[in-house]
This record gives sequence, structure tokens and C-alpha cells, in this order.
Amino acid sequence: MRITQGTFSFLPDLTDDQIRAQVEYCLDQGWAVSIETTDDPHPRNTYWEMVGQPMFDLRDAAGVMLELDAARKTFPDQYIKVNGFDATLGVESLRLSFIVGRPAREPGFALVREEAAGRTIRYTVRSYATDHPEGERYG
Amino acid sequence: MNDLQTTNDRGAPLDDIDRYRAGVLKYAQMGYWDPDYEPKDTDILALFRITPQDGVDPVEAAAAVAGESSTATWTVVWTDRLTAADTYRAKAFKVEPVPGSADQFFAYIAYDLSLFEPGSIANLTASIIGNVFGFKPLKALRLEDMRFPVAYVKTFDGPPTGIVVERERLDKFGRPLLGATTKPKLGLSGRNYGRVVYEALKGGLDFTKDDENINSQPFMHWRDRFLFCMEAVNRASAATGEVKGHYLNVTGATMEDIYERAEFARDLGSAIVMIDLVIGYTAIQSMSKWARRNDMILHLHRAGHGTYTRQKEHGISFRVISKWMRLAGVDHIHAGTVVGKLEGDPNMVQGFYNVLREPHNAVDLERGIFFDQDWAGLRKVMPVASGGIHAGQMHQLLTYLGEDVVLQFGGGTIGHPMGIQAGATANRVALEAMVLARNEGRDIWNEGPDILAAAARECRPLRAALDTWGEVTFEYTSTDTPDFVPTATPA
Repeated sequence: MRITQGTFSFLPDLTDDQIRAQVEYCLDQGWAVSIETTDDPHPRNTYWEMVGQPMFDLRDAAGVMLELDAARKTFPDQYIKVNGFDATLGVESLRLSFIVGRPAREPGFALVREEAAGRTIRYTVRSYATDHPEGERYG
Repeated sequence: MNDLQTTNDRGAPLDDIDRYRAGVLKYAQMGYWDPDYEPKDTDILALFRITPQDGVDPVEAAAAVAGESSTATWTVVWTDRLTAADTYRAKAFKVEPVPGSADQFFAYIAYDLSLFEPGSIANLTASIIGNVFGFKPLKALRLEDMRFPVAYVKTFDGPPTGIVVERERLDKFGRPLLGATTKPKLGLSGRNYGRVVYEALKGGLDFTKDDENINSQPFMHWRDRFLFCMEAVNRASAATGEVKGHYLNVTGATMEDIYERAEFARDLGSAIVMIDLVIGYTAIQSMSKWARRNDMILHLHRAGHGTYTRQKEHGISFRVISKWMRLAGVDHIHAGTVVGKLEGDPNMVQGFYNVLREPHNAVDLERGIFFDQDWAGLRKVMPVASGGIHAGQMHQLLTYLGEDVVLQFGGGTIGHPMGIQAGATANRVALEAMVLARNEGRDIWNEGPDILAAAARECRPLRAALDTWGEVTFEYTSTDTPDFVPTATPA
């Protein structure tokens, strides 16, 4: 399966030129770009690992692309995303977040059902990848 | 008889003895017209469009509106003198002709803050629209806009979730959200209904939605619908790795029913519940507080609003409803599409969206915004665009409505020739391709059809959607149009 989190997951994987154009858009808006990775793509896993801090003072997309290349080399079998963070009063949150790297094989998720009172079912979305310890989940 | 009809003579100012002599005076004479009044920062301001009966002085009509929406009755009462009556009287302070409409006037009225209960839309509206809309000396009356002072805004909790937190909870950024209303809206069994939900969510939508009149009918009782829909939502979430939701409509006959349904939705793990505008302002505020207590997104369908918002001469502008609902505290509200099947002049709709989404509204007459409004940090409401929109309009929708909006493609998903999943995928691909192109700096207004065609080369469902609906438009002249641009903008 293909995890479709992020702004552009329904499009073919973005090329580096396309990624750079989105990074430039973020920088033009005055947003701070950051890179995050994970091997646990559960839909409620909010806290992916940060690759450094958000690059608040970096205004050149080339710098982001260098960081991204480094992240890809370090985490070839993980999910990688690029975020644009907007510190404007009343927003102070992400404005763009898109996946730029994913493992070759995405095992996806099981839906675990626990029958409860009446016809109620308690649902758990369980990532197949997390059957294995961190670091041994893909590849 | 309060003789509004005979003369433009508003009468000289009266001393207290004459002012409070038993009998009938003109409203203007009673103190409800004060052209020298400087509105205070703490006043609530209202702008009415008044159409006086033939021969009625517009200023006296404005004073009458001020009187009847605050302290006045038809005759002088001495008991006014037991109160700080000068403060409690609303004051019409400006009357202007409406451009291009000889028989209509804009009346600006100021209300002292102490006239209102804190944090109560019911109390606010009982004054402002309570009696006055049936007032005989007026042919028609429309509440066009209101300004709420910060001190009053701060008495409301506002949206329980708001745009920013909703996005953080859903982990969805940088693009409009996508939804669809389950169709047919009536008649499906719970099991078949859930099928539509699953297909649409798995295909790429973020949300599906009950329609406004799906409650608990013989063909599908509410508990059955909730159970099947949550199965569909969770299946789709596991299939895509995304957070998904279905707006479970908890509207019921009584507040007890509504709470019971909302609690069941919560216990099943739904991220969002839905109510209809017809449940009333008090019930909406109750559900807003409930949603806060239960970490729930609150979706409001504006069922019924067209009865009083559409006609320009009489009723309430939807921008006022938008302001009331931001105060009352909903997270989503249907606010128009511009290009779809339902009423909506582009400028007017953008005005509604700005009221819902901006931290501060400046005066913007072209969009129908007559007052500066500081929202004092109140959370933002996500507008919902629903009704007759399809993937082929994506560049127009993104241009008109921006990013913080839920685009609801009901027929445009479920009616897809290749099936519901394909319909959802077509919409999602069209949307992502358009956002990508916009961010790359392309001129999506003019290049939109090319961008869609290019995306469709990689995506058969989108190609089929464009082949089916690409040419469908709804071009009718709007009835609710700005007064400060020469003609209605064609959609």
C-alpha cells in the first residue's frame, strides 16, 4: 500500500526540482522549513524524529536540499517529510507538509477490532512495521 | 397613533416634562435618533437596510428600528425614568441612501454593551431581530452587518477546535480538505450508507458527511448509521494511513436526544459531529460547549438559512449569521461555493469566508463588510463549500476560496462513472496537482484546465471526471449582491 499522508501523496513522487520549488514557496512566505523522518507512520504518530531544528534562518532552498540529501542517505528506508512552519500570530503551525521519501515496501496497517457492549466495536489501527523494534522495520 | 407617515418634521428636542408626558411621540423625538452620537468602542453596532413604507421619513424609520430593537414601546412610559434610559436607548446615528436603490436606506445603530447578556446569541438576537422585522411602517428590513466590541467577543468561547487545531489533529496541511455528502441523502440502509462512506474515504477524501435531513428515519436509525459509518471510517484510515472522519449528524428532536447521539459518536471514536442550524442558537451553543469538553470538531450545516439570507431587501445577511456562529462556536459552516449550484456572488461569498477565517476584518464594502471587526484571538471557523462542484472547477475553487476550506464533492464523487473510489481519487489528484502548481508560481486561473489535463494523463479517474463534468457550470445571476460594485460578478 501507499501511505497517503501529506499534501502531495496522490501525485507521482515529486522530483528534486519539484521539491525545491515547494521549498522556495515556503521560504517566500517566510516559513521555516524542517525535515522529519520516521519508521512508524501510524496516522496518529504526531512526533516524527526531527532532522535538526526547523531552519528558521535559512533563506536558500539549496541548503534545505543538502539537508534532505543527507537525511536520505542516513535513513534510506524511512519515511521523510518536509514541513513549512508559519510563526504568524494566530497560525503558529504547519502550513505545508509533504512526504519526500518512503521505504521501498510499505506494509501498511491492520485494523484490529475488539467487540464491546451492544454492537459497538473498539478499533485499533496497528502498523505492521512496528511489529519489529525501531531501526529494524524496513529494508 | 404614532404618526410616522405625515411629515418629515422630526420635532424639536423636548425637555423632560414634555418628553415624558403620557401619549405618543416620534421615535426620533424619544431619543432614538442622534446624528451627533459618536459610537463608543464598546458599543455593538448594527447596519440595517430599511425600506420605509411610502411617505415614511427614513430617519424616523431608522429611529423606530433603534427603538423597537432596544427599549421602546409604542407609547411613552414614565417608568423609563426609573432607569438610565439615555444609556439603554439604542441610537440611530447615520442614515444613508443605498446606492442605486431609491427606496432603500442604510441605517447605522449603536447599542450600549450593558443591553446584552454576556456570551448569549439568543439574548443578542432577541434584541436585534426580536420584534422589529414585523414592524408595520417598514416594507422590508434587512440586517446587513454587525460590529462586536472586543469586550463582548471575549464573553464567547468561539469555535471549540478552530482551523489550526483541526489541521493539527487531522495532520493535514497545505491544501483544502476534501469531503462528500453521502447520496442519495435519504433511503439508504445503514449498511449501504457505510459502503459509500468507505469507498469515498478510501479513494482519497478526508471527510464524508451526513446530509442535513439524515437523523433517525425508518430506513436507517441513528445508532445503526453511526456503527456502520465508524467501521467505514476506521477501515479507510487503516487502508490509507490517514486520519479520516465522517460528520455524524446528531440533530434530534430534543437536547437530550442530541446529547445522547453525540455521546455515542464520541464513544465510537468519531473525530467530528454535526448539527443543523435549525436546532437553534441555544442548542448550537450547548453543543459547542459539549464539543469543547469532548475534543470534538463541530460541523454546522446551515439548513434553513436561505429562507432569510437570500433576498436582499428583507432578512439577515449570511455574513451576520457567520459572525454569530463564530461567536457561538462552531468549527465548520457551509458558506457557499461561488461556482456551484447554490446562490453565491463571488464577492459576497469571499466576505463570508473572511468573516469566518480572518483574525481581523477591515471595512470592505465590495465584499459587503461595513465594519472593522477585531476577533480578539477567537478561533477561526473552517468554511465548507458544498453543492454542485466538481474536479474540473478546482482552479476556480482554489482561487476564490483559498486553502482553509472543506471542498465537498457529493455528486462529483459518488456520481463518477468509474465508481466512488475513482471519484474521490479524481478530486484528490485534481486538488493536489492544483496546489502544487500554485505553489510553483503558475497562474492557475488561466492555466487551470491545462494543469488538470496534465494531471489527468497520469490519472484515469480524473480524466473520466473531466470528460463527464468538465463543461458543467451554473451561471445564474445572484440575488444577494454587493451594493458597492456596479453589477453582479458572473460566477
